[in-house]
Amino acid sequence: MEISADRDGNTFYLNMGPQHPSTHGVLRVILKMNGEYIQEAECVLGYIHRMHEKIGESMFFSQFYAYMSRMDYLSAMAYNHGYTGLIEKMAGIEPPLRAEYIRVITVELNRISSHLVWLGAYLLDLGAFTPIMYAFDDREMILDLLESITGSRLTYSYFRFGGVCKDIDEDFIRGTRAFIKKMRSRLKMYDTLVTKNVIFIGRVKDIGIISQDMARRYGATGPVLRGSGIEYDIRKNEPYSVYPEFDFDIPTGSTGDARDRYLVRVAEIEQSLRIIEQALDRLPDGPYRTEIPPFIELEPGDCYFPVESARGEFGIYLVSNGEKRPYRMKLRTPSFSNLSLFNELTKGYMIADAVSILGSLDLVIPEIDR
Amino acid sequence: MSHDALKQAIQTILPEAVKDSSYNETGHHLDITVSSESLVQLVEVLDQKGFYLVDVTAVDLIPEIEVVYHFALWQKLYRIIVRAYIPRNHPEIPTISHIYPGADWHERETFDFFGIKFLNHPELKRLLLPEDADFHPLLKKESLLEKVEAVRSGFRKGGCRITYGD
Repeated sequence: MEISADRDGNTFYLNMGPQHPSTHGVLRVILKMNGEYIQEAECVLGYIHRMHEKIGESMFFSQFYAYMSRMDYLSAMAYNHGYTGLIEKMAGIEPPLRAEYIRVITVELNRISSHLVWLGAYLLDLGAFTPIMYAFDDREMILDLLESITGSRLTYSYFRFGGVCKDIDEDFIRGTRAFIKKMRSRLKMYDTLVTKNVIFIGRVKDIGIISQDMARRYGATGPVLRGSGIEYDIRKNEPYSVYPEFDFDIPTGSTGDARDRYLVRVAEIEQSLRIIEQALDRLPDGPYRTEIPPFIELEPGDCYFPVESARGEFGIYLVSNGEKRPYRMKLRTPSFSNLSLFNELTKGYMIADAVSILGSLDLVIPEIDR
Repeated sequence: MSHDALKQAIQTILPEAVKDSSYNETGHHLDITVSSESLVQLVEVLDQKGFYLVDVTAVDLIPEIEVVYHFALWQKLYRIIVRAYIPRNHPEIPTISHIYPGADWHERETFDFFGIKFLNHPELKRLLLPEDADFHPLLKKESLLEKVEAVRSGFRKGGCRITYGD
C-alpha cells in the first residue's frame, strides 16, 4: 500500500492493489481516507482486460468455447452453459436429456467448488488461516472428479452444442455420491468452526449493508442480492436447462450485511448438493450428444440469454447477421455490477471493513475486465 | 404489474415506441425504440416500476450506432430491451447514471469501446482500456455495410432459425 497526504493534512489517499492479496486478482482501489474512515473508494479496472467481445466477433461459434471458461475461472462451467444455451436456443438445437442432466451435475459441482474457494479466501482475508486448508481439501475432490471427465481442472471446455463432449461413467457417479456424503459432514464442521465464531461475527455483522433499493439501482445479482432478502435466482425465476425438474430452495438473508452474504453462500452449497443428488438419482440413459454440422450459421436477429453463475446473472446478448461468426457479442458479467456499488457501500466504514466488504462480494477480476 | 399495463404506461409518454417481442425467440417481452431526447423520461418510468438495470451496451450499425439498454424485474419473469439510435459521426446520448447509478460503469465501458459521449455523465473516462488509448475497438469498418443490412432485416423479421453451413 502507498500513502500520500493532501495539503490540509486531514484527508489522504491510500492506494490498494493492484497486487494486494485481498483484491483476489489485479483490482486497484484508490481510497480517499479521513483518518481510518473511507470517504471515497475509486476502483481502477482493466489490468487484465483481454477484449473477449472483439475476439468473439472474429471466431466461429464453436471456437469461442475456450474463451468462455477464461472469464470466470472459478465457475467456468456456468459460463459454458450460458454460451451453449444461447446458441442452442438461437439455432433450435435440442440437446438429449442425458446431456442436460450431465450439464446440471457438472455446473453445480463447479458452483460448490467456487463457493469453497470463496469461503477459504474470504476467511483468510479476515485473518483466519485454518478454513482455507479445509476448503481447498474439499475442493480438491471436486477438481479430481471434474478432471476425470473433462480433462481439465479449472478452465473447462466440456460442453458442446447439442450435448457434452464425453459421457460420465460409473466411477464419476460413485465418486460424486461419496463427495456429497463427505461434504454434508464438512458443512456441519464449517458451521461450528466459522459461523458462530465471535471474532468472525465481529468482522462481518452489520458491515456493508446493501439495501434492496441500492441493489436494484446497481443491478446486483446472485448471492449479493439474495443476502438482502430478494428471492431472485435465474434457475428458478427464468428456468433454463432441466432446473425446473429439481426441488431446491433459494436461501436468502434478511439485513443484507456481509454475514448474510456469507450465510447465503454456505446454504447454497447444500442446495447444490440436493440438485446433484436428484440429478444422479434420475439420470436418464441415452445419447449424450446429438450430431450437428461443424459450422453453425444463425439467422439474422438478436437474442439475450441469462444463466445463474456462482456470482449472479451472467447473460450474453448476441446480434447475428446470418454468418458463421457473431456480428456483436455483449457479455454481461455479474461481478461487474456487483463491484460497481463498492464506492457507495464503503462510505463511512473503516479500512479493515473495506477488506471484509470486498471479500463478501466474491469478486473474480478477469470476469469484470473480460 | 401486467404486460398491458406497462405497455400503456409507456405508450402514454411515447406512443410509437413500444413493440411486443417474443420471449422464446429473443429473450425479451417488450422491445422499445426510443429517441435520445425521450430516453431519460422512459428510464424514469422504468425506475418507478421497479426494474433493475441489467446492462448498457451498443451495436455499431453503420451509419448509426444502436445504444442498447436491458432491464428486468425480480418479482416475475419480465425482460425489456430499449434501443436508441444515434448518428455515428455525432455519437451523443444523455446519461441515465443519475437514475441508475449502476449505469455509470456500463456507460464508461460503452464510451471506451464505441466512443459514445454520455452527456452529463459525472466522470466519463476510459474504464477498461488504457487511459492513452486513441481508438474505440468495437466500431466496425465502413466496408461491412452490406452485413449491417442483414442485421437490420433480422430486427424486422425477429426470430432465428438454424441454417446449416458447409
